[in-house]
Amino acid sequence: MLTLYGTELHSHLLLGTAQYPSPAILLDAIKASGTGVVTVSLRRETAGGSSGERFWSLIRSSGVRVLPNTAGCHSAKEAVLTAQMARDLFATDWIKLEVIGNHDTLQPDVFALVEAAGILSNEGFKVFPYTTDDLVVAGRLIDAGCEVLMPWCAPIGSAQGPLNLHALRSLRGHFPEVPLIVDAGLGRPSHAATVMELGFDAILLNTAVAKAGDPVAMAGAFAKATEAGYAAFRAGMLEPRDVAVPSTPVIGKAVFG
Amino acid sequence: MAVLVKGAGVAGLAVAHELMVRGIEVTVVDPAPGGLRAASWYAGGMLAPYCERESAEQAVVELGRGAADWWEEALPGSVTRNGTLVLAPARDHKELDRFGARTSGFEMIDEGEIAALEPDLSGRFRKGLHFPSEAHLDPRHALVVLAAKLAACGVCFETDLSAPSDFDWTIECVGRATQDENIRGVRGEMLLLRTPDVALSRPIRLIHPRFPVYIVPRAGQTFMVGATMIESDATGPITARSMMELLNAAYSLHPAFGEAEIVETGTGIRPAYADNLPRVVRNGNAISINGLFRHGFLLAPAMARQAADMIFDERNKAQ
Repeated sequence: MLTLYGTELHSHLLLGTAQYPSPAILLDAIKASGTGVVTVSLRRETAGGSSGERFWSLIRSSGVRVLPNTAGCHSAKEAVLTAQMARDLFATDWIKLEVIGNHDTLQPDVFALVEAAGILSNEGFKVFPYTTDDLVVAGRLIDAGCEVLMPWCAPIGSAQGPLNLHALRSLRGHFPEVPLIVDAGLGRPSHAATVMELGFDAILLNTAVAKAGDPVAMAGAFAKATEAGYAAFRAGMLEPRDVAVPSTPVIGKAVFG
Repeated sequence: MAVLVKGAGVAGLAVAHELMVRGIEVTVVDPAPGGLRAASWYAGGMLAPYCERESAEQAVVELGRGAADWWEEALPGSVTRNGTLVLAPARDHKELDRFGARTSGFEMIDEGEIAALEPDLSGRFRKGLHFPSEAHLDPRHALVVLAAKLAACGVCFETDLSAPSDFDWTIECVGRATQDENIRGVRGEMLLLRTPDVALSRPIRLIHPRFPVYIVPRAGQTFMVGATMIESDATGPITARSMMELLNAAYSLHPAFGEAEIVETGTGIRPAYADNLPRVVRNGNAISINGLFRHGFLLAPAMARQAADMIFDERNKAQ
């Protein structure tokens, strides 16, 4: 069970809705992933007000919860405005807060992020900040009112998988009670299993599914890997050892050769 | 037998032509003559079924394979069969592998082969994919010439037909203007550049992980640069962001585009079903062709044939 701002969800996977070959494939991928939450980008899809309505109603027909995001915003002010528009458009106070600081790496501008998170939390938004794996920034975001954190594990869309396991472990260790969702940088199901085995609460995917050869099959594969990692963490894994340990004791065996 | 075709975009004109050559009396009605309101006026005109497979389903390849031949037969001399070149900047070479893994009908080529195909791109790209069997045409020229040919062959063009009567069949090819609620609009923005400093012989697709773009050479040293894909049917002018992205892509293909004149910018609304695949739907004596999405010139011939076959099958049954 995953609890985000009091909402209970069965799946530990969140799915982005951009870049699929067609809305029909997107809907099938949502189903195959078992997700309860999809993110939607406000900026690019709605040039001209209510005009993306057909696309929205297709997404709404999936029955899952919508988490609007502020993708493409480059300042706190822009992100706050986008969040306010999203609240009206989607009738939700959930907002995935993205403030891009570097156009090339799409790295978050953590200073503007903390600023915008504070403003939006005060306005009653439930903020899901897309942040780096920096521990101090994570603390500031929680101080600013965030009850969920979404650290990257590699740049958006890079498919590199977790680049800094130490930082991810450190986040988990320092914020044991805060839902942590790895957002951005996952490329393959084993990456999802790896971060879930670290004790993360969920993952968010987009490109790795949307741009796969078969997005629907890939959504299913990620769902299995995510749940496997989640279950493994709770089951308690062995730590690696340097020497072999026989699973059957040698001494006391009835017959030696 | 008399058939009314509603819509003079690429789908309407293609089906009118298909029926005309089969000896049917055809009337085309469109409030905006010359295809001026049609999405196809803003099309790239690439007849590139293999490249399209990168983001489209296999059906698009199958339906689009015969398109270049159809256009060449309908409008001799209109089709350029120089293939397609897919390029990526050095840091995105892995994206070329991804493109190649999803498509077929190409050869991987190196710097020297790229220079041999497009001398002006010599030294700018180290690796590319060449799809030699693909083709392109100038969509505006094709629409105008096709309409002229149809008119010369006795097809009647009307701008207003408030009380259509005496037609045995009606074929609706109105794109986004349909009443069909399953059709959505997908906005595409494009621009036309003119520069004497670059010469290209074939459409170039430039891969970028965040924004795929194509540049299609046209007569008079002009180049069509397109096209964005935005889930919206807003018809307003191109946004600054889209323009910037398209220009950036052109500039990264060749710096001389930085000095090009911006001759035109445009916005078209592509009609699409939820699966982004086209449909020919029959309801009694009314047929609809819609959902050609970003593949208008590529898929219109196959859709036109299907619609014409429906009419002829029915006639054969009746006889």
